[in-house]
Amino acid sequence: MSAPNKSYDPVEVEALKPEVVEQARDEAIAAFAAAADLDELKQAKVAHTGDRSPLSLANREIGALPPQAKAAAGKLIGQARGAVNQALAKRQTELEAERDARVLVEEAVDVTLPYGRVPRGARHPLTTLAERIEDTFVAMGYQVASGPEVEAEWLNFDALNLHADHPARSMQDTFFVEAPDGTADSGMVLRTQTSPVQIRAMLAGEPPLYAVSPGRVYRTDELDATHTPVFRQVEAIAVDEGLTFGHLKGTIEVLVEKLIGGGLELRWRPSYFPFTEPSAEIDLQCFVCRGASVGNPDRPCRTCSSEGWIELGGCGVVNPRVLVAAGIDPNRYSGFAFGLGLERILMNRHNVADMRDMVEGDVRFTLPFGMEI
Amino acid sequence: MRVPLSWLREYVDLPAGETGRDVAARLVRAGLEVETVEQLGTDIKGPLVVGEVLSIEELPGFKKPIRHCFVNVGAANGTGEPQEIVCGATNFQVGDKVVVILPGGVLPGPFPISARQTYGHTSAGMICSARELGMGDDHNGIIVLPPEYEAGTDAIELLQLVDEVLDIAVTPDRGYCLSMRGVAREAAAAYGLPLADPALLDVPPANSYGYLVKVADPVGCDRFVARTVTGVNPGAQSPIWLQRRLQKSGIRPISLAVDITNYVMLEVGQPLHAYDRERVDGPIQVRRAAEGETLTTLDGVKRKLSAEDLLICDNSGPIGLAGVMGGATTEILEPVTDPETGVVTGTTEIIVEAAHFEPVAIARSAKRHKLPSEASKRFERGVDPEAARAAAQRAVDLLVLIAGGTAEAGVTDIAAPRPVRTIAIDAGLPDRVAGAEYGRETVTRRLQEVGCSVVGADVLEVTPPSWRPDLTDPYDLVEEVVRLEGYDNVPARMPVVPPGRGLSEAQRFHRRVGVALAGAGYVEINAYPFVGEAAFDGLGLDADDARRRTVKLVNPLNDAEPALRTTLLPGLLGALRRNVGRGNTDLALFETGTVFLPKAEPKVAPRLPVDRRPTEEQLAELNAALPDQPRRVAVALTGERLPSGWWGKGAPSGWADAIEAARTVAAAAGVELTVRQAQYAPWHPGRCAELLVGEVVVGHAGELHPRVVKALHLPERTSAMELDLDLVFEDGRRVSGPPVSAYPVATQDVALIVDAGVHAADVESALREGAGELLESLRLFDVFTGEQAGAGRKSLAYTLRFRAADRTLTADEASAARESAVAVAAERTGAVLRGA
Repeated sequence: MSAPNKSYDPVEVEALKPEVVEQARDEAIAAFAAAADLDELKQAKVAHTGDRSPLSLANREIGALPPQAKAAAGKLIGQARGAVNQALAKRQTELEAERDARVLVEEAVDVTLPYGRVPRGARHPLTTLAERIEDTFVAMGYQVASGPEVEAEWLNFDALNLHADHPARSMQDTFFVEAPDGTADSGMVLRTQTSPVQIRAMLAGEPPLYAVSPGRVYRTDELDATHTPVFRQVEAIAVDEGLTFGHLKGTIEVLVEKLIGGGLELRWRPSYFPFTEPSAEIDLQCFVCRGASVGNPDRPCRTCSSEGWIELGGCGVVNPRVLVAAGIDPNRYSGFAFGLGLERILMNRHNVADMRDMVEGDVRFTLPFGMEI
Repeated sequence: MRVPLSWLREYVDLPAGETGRDVAARLVRAGLEVETVEQLGTDIKGPLVVGEVLSIEELPGFKKPIRHCFVNVGAANGTGEPQEIVCGATNFQVGDKVVVILPGGVLPGPFPISARQTYGHTSAGMICSARELGMGDDHNGIIVLPPEYEAGTDAIELLQLVDEVLDIAVTPDRGYCLSMRGVAREAAAAYGLPLADPALLDVPPANSYGYLVKVADPVGCDRFVARTVTGVNPGAQSPIWLQRRLQKSGIRPISLAVDITNYVMLEVGQPLHAYDRERVDGPIQVRRAAEGETLTTLDGVKRKLSAEDLLICDNSGPIGLAGVMGGATTEILEPVTDPETGVVTGTTEIIVEAAHFEPVAIARSAKRHKLPSEASKRFERGVDPEAARAAAQRAVDLLVLIAGGTAEAGVTDIAAPRPVRTIAIDAGLPDRVAGAEYGRETVTRRLQEVGCSVVGADVLEVTPPSWRPDLTDPYDLVEEVVRLEGYDNVPARMPVVPPGRGLSEAQRFHRRVGVALAGAGYVEINAYPFVGEAAFDGLGLDADDARRRTVKLVNPLNDAEPALRTTLLPGLLGALRRNVGRGNTDLALFETGTVFLPKAEPKVAPRLPVDRRPTEEQLAELNAALPDQPRRVAVALTGERLPSGWWGKGAPSGWADAIEAARTVAAAAGVELTVRQAQYAPWHPGRCAELLVGEVVVGHAGELHPRVVKALHLPERTSAMELDLDLVFEDGRRVSGPPVSAYPVATQDVALIVDAGVHAADVESALREGAGELLESLRLFDVFTGEQAGAGRKSLAYTLRFRAADRTLTADEASAARESAVAVAAERTGAVLRGA
């Protein structure tokens, strides 16, 4: 290494001659360009930018130059090293991109491989259907009420205006609970309807009362494609000042639109339930054939059995006698109630042909319904 | 109630083009449940004609009797020549009039008829039976017509084969619609047409020389009309029109007298009974039965009577169960024809009874004797007491007309006084209940249409007609007005509901449980809650296990399953087995639902009054009688929990999954679940966990006992869990957000050797306690037994993570906490540091 020397002629320093510097620069750039992969580039980097590289060595000579020569030499080397580093970075980027592209291709997998590693479960469609209906009512401001399945006869029948000899009691084939003495006089039954929950809700407090109560109910039917002795109803009751049959209609129309869809006609058939008066059965226009199958054997409709209508359930204005039994003043308050059979709605809404599928618990039936319906 | 449209038209002049479906639609909107509209005769194509049998040649040598006949069909066959027909029926003679279908015709099936060779002869047509013509289920061979019909007459019209029948399911409040008269009244109102009331007949007034009747129970029987007809021709048969109307209405023609009583019942709704006067001994008496009395009813069954049964009696004792079924001893005799003389003998003197009985008495008798009859069905729902005289008159008229009898002048009519029922109704009530604007005039008119008499202005005094015992309250009248005005015409509107409170915490929790379990791979089922002893035996429950104490049903569907479940497992395991049987082998099922636990001292739930609100004490007594019905959740698993696949090995389901399901439920409840080793049927004694929240046992989980698995035909190593959701749920729970430290974590592993019998849960709680507040988390990452652990010992390896809220822990602090943890574990569980 040379020391500063006033008589020193910069031209005499071989490594700082412009042509030498340029050559070193060009060789470095060429070496980078020639590097085929990142390893070769690394070697070229060491060779051309490392401590022992020609440009590094040349740079060290600058310190020994007379002050008036330092700036020019510094600029010369600086420019050369800038060009070299730029070329290195460029090549580095290129080669990395090439490598990434190659490695990612090598790492490619068959994303269509099946992966049932975490088995999926499902909730029963009758459960989720009940929740959907609950939610519709909750959004309207109703509360969800419930009651026991083994229920007092007084709540299941008497308070609902079905006295002991009422013909309607034999309409509903009731499971009677055995009394301590072995007879049927326990005063208890498996509830035949969710209506006793109405009474419980009315007994629980003063109107206004707006409640919906889904639940299991029981009748002595044998299981077949369209009957099951254990089934589900959703019942709604409203008791308030000034409620009318018209309010009942409006409420059911909203429910049907939310549950099944809009634009379908409803038919209100006068019917008979001891606990409502006036009473009606609600039929929904068949949403599959929209009535086109009626009297048209060429276009039979499985959904409505070519009747054009699907029975939704029963409803009516609460019979004042029921209000009285629940301690509500019928001169001040009126109410409406309706009950829907969930199995039938499920059959229609989801094309379930056989009610047994809802009962037997075969996972192949339930799984497609997932977590919500 | 089956209503032939042709018959209905007799009382209401319906528009000519109106089809059965049209009429049905109108009746449906008026509140009659028309279930079907049957099309009769649309599948029959003529020529179907009356034939006269000219000759019969019996063809021998076949397995069954075969007849080769020539039948005169008039000009119907185009030639006027006798028609050659081979026939397999034998209930006809030469000269009889029969019904013949000619080649080219079609019988229901469809069976097209053509001339063909059979039994060595040509058969050009067929002699028809009632069944082949779709007239009824009568098996008594071919139809032999009365002699007066000309050969060649069109039989489709003669037999009234083409018709429409409306099948109506009559609701209990509309007893009057169990008659043509009632349905016709509804049809008339629906079309706004006048009604020709079949009960409007000229009836002679009651007198003192009718058949003697004594009514001892005027409450049970408030009306008794008796008429007598003498000189009845016992051989007279019901004419075709009468038989056809009965057949179309679903009633089999039997004999003239019975057919007439049935016909009049269908027509006016009054059940009638016909007695053979010569077989009745003395006056007819109506009274309640004496306990232990017996009666043999028409169906040949000897019945033991109860003191509540209302009876028709004569001097010999009971001759009929009032309003339900007549007795055998006084019934009309089957006519017998003397084969020598051809003289027909049988009943010639008939008493016709048209009575009105108390609905409840009849309902109870019919129920008690399991004898629902056409009569009892009507009495239960209420028969028009004012129609009794007309009905008896109609029966008498028909006996005179058809059977050549003579009506005796005596008319018995015993009537208990009937209070006039009037209902006061605010004329505006229908508007207020419906939310519509009818106005007083409309209300009055509609009430009059259903037969009420109406007086008054703002408040209407309404007297319902005698055939409507169901109309007792103002709201009953409201319903009549609204239904006749049309439910469809009531404007729909939405009530203004006050703001709601949404789902309760418990309801949200129940949903969360379902979502959590389904999210964990479980599929929900809903089993029936019916169980029997076999279910408990299969679960291996001890004889004195509390779960064998059940709530029982008096009338179970299946006598082997008379009880309600006390555990969800039988139903759930049944569903598991069914799935396995169908080839679904990897299963994780769950069910939520109530079980039914009888009270320690079962009581009777009181029957409370309905005319006012029961007192709180009464309600408490009622609720106290009900069984406890807690809500449970249960899971069952078999097969692979995690399947094997290209990613590697899977894992079979087992006891740990069942317990984990309980933790999933506890997490949904937000409560801490403690797991304790236990022994409890039906679980494996070494693989059963007791599940606790605090100190309360909430359920059990684990692998099922191998004996249970075998007894219930389940796959080996089936696991299950059941817990009580009500016990797990805490209302008003609120999570406090934990402080989250940003200082670094210090991780320390420890491997402890303990006796094989030491429970990991105990080691863990000791470690936690010893580690103190700096412990952030603790995880057991390995368990092994074997040589390295030592005989009868096991190694438990834990990762402990320490962290402070306010500083970076030093290595010494972390080590000190670890050592303290190990020290407590050593003290409590005898744990030794592995390698120490």
